[in-house]
Amino acid sequence: MTEGQTDSTLHLLNASTIPKRHRVFSFSRILAITSNTLTELTRLKVFYVLLVFGLLLIGSSIFMAQFSFQQEFQILKDVSLGAISMFTSLLAIVATARMLPRDIEDRTVYTILAKPVPRFEYVVGKIAGVLLLLAISTLVMVAAFLAVLYMREQAVLQVTATQMASAPPDQLADALRAVRAFAFNVDLVPGIIIIFIKACLLATLTLFVSTFATSSIFTVVIMVFVYFIGHLEATAREYWLHEHGSGLITRSFLAIVALLFPDLQAFNLVDDIVAGTAISMAVFARTALLGVFYTVIYTLLAVFVFYGKEL
Amino acid sequence: MTRGLIALGVLIAMGLLKLPVERDLAALHRQEHFRGVEFNLALREKLGQLGFIAALSGFRAIVADALFIQAHAAWEDTQWGRMLWLFRQITTLQPRVLLFWDTAAWHMAWNASVAAMNNPDQPHQTLRVKAQREYFALGKDFLERGIKNNPDRPELYEALARLYKEKYKDHERAAEYYEKAATLPEAAPWDRRFSAYELSYCEGREREAYERLHSLYDEGGKERLPTLLKRLKFLEDKLGIPQQQRVSETGESER
Repeated sequence: MTEGQTDSTLHLLNASTIPKRHRVFSFSRILAITSNTLTELTRLKVFYVLLVFGLLLIGSSIFMAQFSFQQEFQILKDVSLGAISMFTSLLAIVATARMLPRDIEDRTVYTILAKPVPRFEYVVGKIAGVLLLLAISTLVMVAAFLAVLYMREQAVLQVTATQMASAPPDQLADALRAVRAFAFNVDLVPGIIIIFIKACLLATLTLFVSTFATSSIFTVVIMVFVYFIGHLEATAREYWLHEHGSGLITRSFLAIVALLFPDLQAFNLVDDIVAGTAISMAVFARTALLGVFYTVIYTLLAVFVFYGKEL
Repeated sequence: MTRGLIALGVLIAMGLLKLPVERDLAALHRQEHFRGVEFNLALREKLGQLGFIAALSGFRAIVADALFIQAHAAWEDTQWGRMLWLFRQITTLQPRVLLFWDTAAWHMAWNASVAAMNNPDQPHQTLRVKAQREYFALGKDFLERGIKNNPDRPELYEALARLYKEKYKDHERAAEYYEKAATLPEAAPWDRRFSAYELSYCEGREREAYERLHSLYDEGGKERLPTLLKRLKFLEDKLGIPQQQRVSETGESER
């Protein structure tokens, strides 16, 4: 190696080791944590078990439905969207609940936080990984659902066309239009987005609970209770606000439920959408905004509690 | 500890903020026919434990479908009592699904009523007729409650009109419900015509029926269907309409 070559190598080495100015907030750091979290989560067996379960449920709805085409499409859509909702909610809770405890157990959190990574970025990166996983899973299941629905629709259209081969063209066109109307409804799209937002809400709430929980089992148990109570929140709120002549203890309990828990019934729109209820832009936008509001608040609260956590 | 308390305080403050928002949203949902199921003790009694938990956990559609499949199996075994019990749960869980109301009414008013009338275990004709009428009433009840839950959609009005026509032979009520269906958006084009047909069978309302049928006839060839011409001819004869005012036998315009 000549003297000139040595100088240039040393210069490069020095340049790489000169500490860059540390930025308080960095998207690239969050992105690194997010992609790492996503990789970790996709390696979890529970993810595949739940995904296969969800896909099987969607696929099996074909065999469940040996009825008239209206009944068949009704059951297919109910079961598929129910499976998507169940899977995303379960995944949101299970995947998030074990995230922080596992990092603490594996001591990964110490390695990360020993570097100049603020806790805020760590938590946001982690939850972004979960949300990305939820988005991917939802897309996979929606694709499976649409494929099954399309296959069944085509089969029913073919049968109808054969049965009505001798009917006048306008009657045949009416019949085919009726079949198509029963199969895919564009209102299902906002319904599915709301399912995803509900899963995001549950994930961030689980993250918040896991910041002060002692184990992932504890977090899951708490979240199961929160899930059921959240679906009753609207009832508790109405009883509390309408002062239904109950005692102080009951009213206090109702107030706690109404104030502390999210109204999860607000995100169960898809059942009525499948039944034919049209979803307006106002309903969709306000429901989605409420979900986003909860998601942001629970993430911020999780960050706040995590900052004070002794590691 | 301090952070935990602050977080709790934020949650409560946020709860106070979100209360009116959630309340308004719930009202908007109800106004637009979402949240058809109210959670209370009456619902718990109607649904039983499983159904109530399903409704609570946001999976009422799946449970309703599972019960619907059970009801289908009960139909194959002609267990009418069980079917009634199952359909009451199904329609409570999914009050916006017209298909469930319609199928429940059809099973009660058409299938169960015929089975009751042909019941070999019941030797008394009067009791068989009584049982048949009870099933008609159950079918009617399903449709009436279905309409109460879905006043904006025409299908159940049409089904109730069919039930009045075919089971009660009450053409006046049938005409009334076809007419109600016809006033709703997404009504079938034949609702107005069927209402006029039914009215043409009602004693004392022949003139009104004639005018309605004639006004449909005047709308052109698409409305001049064989049944409409037949009913018009019948009314022309009954009302003694002068020959020159009568419609053509073939439905071709004479004007």
